[in-house]
Amino acid sequence: MSQTGSLMSGGLMTFVHRRRRGAELFLLVLALAVGIGAYAAVGLGLEGEVPADIVGYGGWLTALIVAAHVTVRVVAPYADPVLLPLVAALNGLGLAVLRRLDITYEALGFDQHTFARQQLTWMTVGVVLFIITLVVLRDHRVLQRFTYTAGLVGIVLLILPFLPVIGREINGARIWINVAGFSFQPGEVAKVMLVIAFSGYLVLHRDALALAGRRVVFVDLPRGRDLGPILAMFGVSMMILVLQNDLGSSLLFFGLFLAMLYVATERPGWLVVGAGLFAAGALAAYTFVGNVQNRFNFWLNPMDYYDVTPGSYQLVEALFGMGWGGLIGRGLGNGFPERVPFAYSDFILSTIGEELGLTAVMAIVVCYGLIVERALRIALISRDGFGKLMAVGLGAIVALQVFVVIGGVTGLIPLTGLTTPFLSYGGSSLVANWVVIALLLRISDQARRPAPRMDPVADEAEADSEHTQVVKLK
Amino acid sequence: MSELTLFLIRAAFLAILWIFVLSAISVIRSDMFGARVPESARGGAPKAERKPGKARKPRRGAPTHLLVVEGENPGTRAELADAPLLIGRGSDAAIKLDDDYVSTRHARIAASGDEWFVEDLGSTNGTYVGPVRITQPTTIGLGVQVRVGKTILELRK
Repeated sequence: MSQTGSLMSGGLMTFVHRRRRGAELFLLVLALAVGIGAYAAVGLGLEGEVPADIVGYGGWLTALIVAAHVTVRVVAPYADPVLLPLVAALNGLGLAVLRRLDITYEALGFDQHTFARQQLTWMTVGVVLFIITLVVLRDHRVLQRFTYTAGLVGIVLLILPFLPVIGREINGARIWINVAGFSFQPGEVAKVMLVIAFSGYLVLHRDALALAGRRVVFVDLPRGRDLGPILAMFGVSMMILVLQNDLGSSLLFFGLFLAMLYVATERPGWLVVGAGLFAAGALAAYTFVGNVQNRFNFWLNPMDYYDVTPGSYQLVEALFGMGWGGLIGRGLGNGFPERVPFAYSDFILSTIGEELGLTAVMAIVVCYGLIVERALRIALISRDGFGKLMAVGLGAIVALQVFVVIGGVTGLIPLTGLTTPFLSYGGSSLVANWVVIALLLRISDQARRPAPRMDPVADEAEADSEHTQVVKLK
Repeated sequence: MSELTLFLIRAAFLAILWIFVLSAISVIRSDMFGARVPESARGGAPKAERKPGKARKPRRGAPTHLLVVEGENPGTRAELADAPLLIGRGSDAAIKLDDDYVSTRHARIAASGDEWFVEDLGSTNGTYVGPVRITQPTTIGLGVQVRVGKTILELRK
């Protein structure tokens, strides 16, 4: 990758990064204020008083965040100071909104009304895995050894829901497994595995992919033997996702693969090829899959399908809610988010839009933007190609997921089901995303750590060089 | 709970949310412009060298060129000012070697601050710094022998 070289000589690395752990602590305090403040506001809005369990809830949240912060301080002192607070704030806000929905669902007599509690349990699991990842994985380059293992594990994870005993089909998508009473989406973990596999493969073969091969029209096609293994990994996972009827994830994997290929080879031609393939795939899906056709129609004319089944009831209610919320929202507890089906998972943003308004939605979008910006920044300053590619891949996952789901909920693009990272209810997604953040922090710790100085004084190096010459050459 | 209280709670929460976002941005901003260089690193080098974008002025005792000391093309050299330098058999290489054991794009020499790194580009026979085959960008100093194929290269003044 020639950006490695230009970056190295460009002088970007001549400064030494500070640790900024104090700044992280300050931001974490603010993030906790956001999370616990939202929880208190939910109680005040719905019941007229600060909820009784706020001490227990706030204490638990604080304990988790402090544990994560102390781990970062000890094992990754140079890690990026902004990522953890951003994630903590989003996760805390998500918990408060889930709590708000729980209270209404309970009052309405719905079966499921313990989303917040379950989400807090999953967050605990996520933070524990975050800590384990940071403690066990002291150097992300170790992962490069597991390139093909990670690819295989990723594909096996994707196949798991098809297995007869543990596989489950929920809401038309066969993406769940059920082990010992716990439902889990293995696809969420698979995407992290595939990022590792793609990075490990591309970092070794990027030059061959970029340089060797024939030029067809505008595009340099690489040789089959260079592209083959990664294309196989990608093709198999795509096929599985299409069979599972999981549109959102297919889109995510496709975008991820394309972004990493583009970054690794620096060939804009890939974007042309990708756009063409996407157009062809979308057209095929539109023609042959009725579901996709429906989604398109709901997106273009949501109001026409309000009353029919399957219809755009969910999307239209979400749009109404966000419209009613306006600039600063109705206040937590004063909207009607229960009118939107799945307000706790895919459509959590419409709840936030209704009760906290555009102001909060913009803040959330900025938070996601900052997470992606930090990921790309880590990729820029990282010293090794594998770390660069991994950071880009992990950032691309967050970016694509947020774009697909927020774009879908707000009616910008056709709706495809994906979870909003850290906000939505969903254990697998939350746990996997905490691990993603741990990996990003590990790469950034390596990247920001000052390089060990090998030749501190020029004269010493000079003496050393003469010494070396005499011994080795003459 | 009166309407006004609820409004104030909502406004206060939105304010906290945005204070958080803006603080995060300000931390990033201080990260972007002028992360402070610690005293130990600031001492030796002249200021001009630290500024990005300016032409690197060779410090006294710093290497200026890369020289082939052993192999098919002894004496071939490339100025480090043109870094990053590509080493290989290909025509786009800064040091073009006629060594059969060298790959087309074999290795790369690049700078980071005052240090020079050699990075193997996935070559067939590998790149060695001293006796060790390297797997990641490795620091090299003056006169450290870098072997690619049957050729040995060195940084020289």
